[in-house]
Amino acid sequence: MSIVNTRQDEIVEEFSVFDDWMDKYAYIIDLGKDLNSLDESKKNDQIIINGCQSKVWLLSELDGENVNFYADSDAIITKGIVALLIRVLSGLSTKEIMEAELYFIDKIGLRENLSPTRSNGLTAMIKQMKMYALAYNTKINS
Amino acid sequence: MNFDVNTIREDFPILKEKIYNKPLIYFDNAATTQKPKAVIDKIVEVYTKYNSNIHRGVHYLSNKATTLTEEARQIVQNFINAGSEKEVIFTRGATEGINLIANSFAEKYINKGDEIIVSELEHHSNLVPWQLVAKKYGAKVIKWPFNDKGELSIEVLKSLINDKTKIITVNHVSNSLGTINPIEDIIKIAHSKSIPVMIDGAQAIQHIAVDVQALDCDFYVFSGHKIYGPTGIGVIYGKEKWLEQMPPYQGGGEMIDTVSFEETTFNELPFKFEAGTPNYVDTIALGEAIKYVESIGIDNIAAYEHELLEYAQKKLETIPQIEFIGTATNKTSVISFNIKGIHSFDAGTILDKMGIAVRTGTHCTEPVMQHFNINGTIRASFAFYNTKEEINELYNGLIKVIELFG
Repeated sequence: MSIVNTRQDEIVEEFSVFDDWMDKYAYIIDLGKDLNSLDESKKNDQIIINGCQSKVWLLSELDGENVNFYADSDAIITKGIVALLIRVLSGLSTKEIMEAELYFIDKIGLRENLSPTRSNGLTAMIKQMKMYALAYNTKINS
Repeated sequence: MNFDVNTIREDFPILKEKIYNKPLIYFDNAATTQKPKAVIDKIVEVYTKYNSNIHRGVHYLSNKATTLTEEARQIVQNFINAGSEKEVIFTRGATEGINLIANSFAEKYINKGDEIIVSELEHHSNLVPWQLVAKKYGAKVIKWPFNDKGELSIEVLKSLINDKTKIITVNHVSNSLGTINPIEDIIKIAHSKSIPVMIDGAQAIQHIAVDVQALDCDFYVFSGHKIYGPTGIGVIYGKEKWLEQMPPYQGGGEMIDTVSFEETTFNELPFKFEAGTPNYVDTIALGEAIKYVESIGIDNIAAYEHELLEYAQKKLETIPQIEFIGTATNKTSVISFNIKGIHSFDAGTILDKMGIAVRTGTHCTEPVMQHFNINGTIRASFAFYNTKEEINELYNGLIKVIELFG
């Protein structure tokens, strides 16, 4: 099994203990609070992903062949889901990130947070993570 | 007052829906209103029994559909007390109505260096079309700022009006704050300087009795879906003297008189502004929605909604973390607020899980948010089918939100 799917399955397993939506959201809120915030000076317009309601800031760096992601959001629920996305995709190779099929959000019942309205910037964030991976991949192979 | 909310709720099938297994509490009425069964049935009836393209056919169905459409125009005309059916134009919605007025009015009357006064309270729909035409004709959009309560001042307006002012455009009611603007005074001041006024009535028509002749407004627009009617249908009221002079907005069928490859002459009002096959099904259903509202009585609706507003205001004021945004003295049943330290998106997400539909974010009024230096609000907007029990649930929900994020 790929690292991406192992990580996703771990998250699905963790969430399976919650039968109450309140507990689930309380956990996401905790994840959001625990994720290191980006330094205010780094949160510039170049790394912002504008949702119409909450904003996401996404930074990436190439570490050898792997890509590390750092992100932040002004809304805590969004930040909690951002933390999960980082947990799944950060520190992996460009190829692994590009090929990742993200099913955990659906499985843990947070699909409505990835609605096509992109009101919270999460859908655009996933696209952006893959774009970074693609860009680094091109750089490595050139 | 002969007003029984439980009976009224029976008229709205969607209110029986469960959201995440909880009863739906719908407090997003400023975005769109729910539809009574009479309106839903009317749409089915028209498609089932009378569907046929209007104003053209010689056959029975076309005549029937045409008659029903023109009856709907009369219902609208009477509802807003327009002087003539020529002054009632059907559009896709308030947004299209404003775009039509902005474009056709500007083409005829706006030149380089002219000024268009737009209030700071406007929905993007009543700002962006004017920015576009201003750019096209080299005119300027002049901001009429509001005060920290979310109210517009007539004195400020007077200071903005000058010889270059060609039109003033303002909403009757603010969508994000609920402020009821003093449009009678605005129109009087403007007319004393011979300046026409366009009123965006999208947030007023469902709450306040509107008499366009008494108001003496030059244009008044609204959307059908905000007054319990279908989406995709709206109304422009325009004084005949303006509409006659203004060029058509779109070309096509219906709006023409005769066409040759050399020249086209245009149909008379209101058809001059209704190019293409009109949305006659929703037009007819809008007529039904207005009949429904009239059967309840707009004044009864206003009185009950005001009761809900006062109840909700008192209830939410007991939560110390709540900061109200927009505290105008005259308001419709809209409460906009934030909870200290909690993003509106987060609060909205949790309320949604409780089956409570509120709007969060900027409400398509970014300049209003910029005025208050905030990134959005939570907006609860009540309709006459809402109840005090539902407001209690909102209160309980907000307490839970504070517990979760605190």
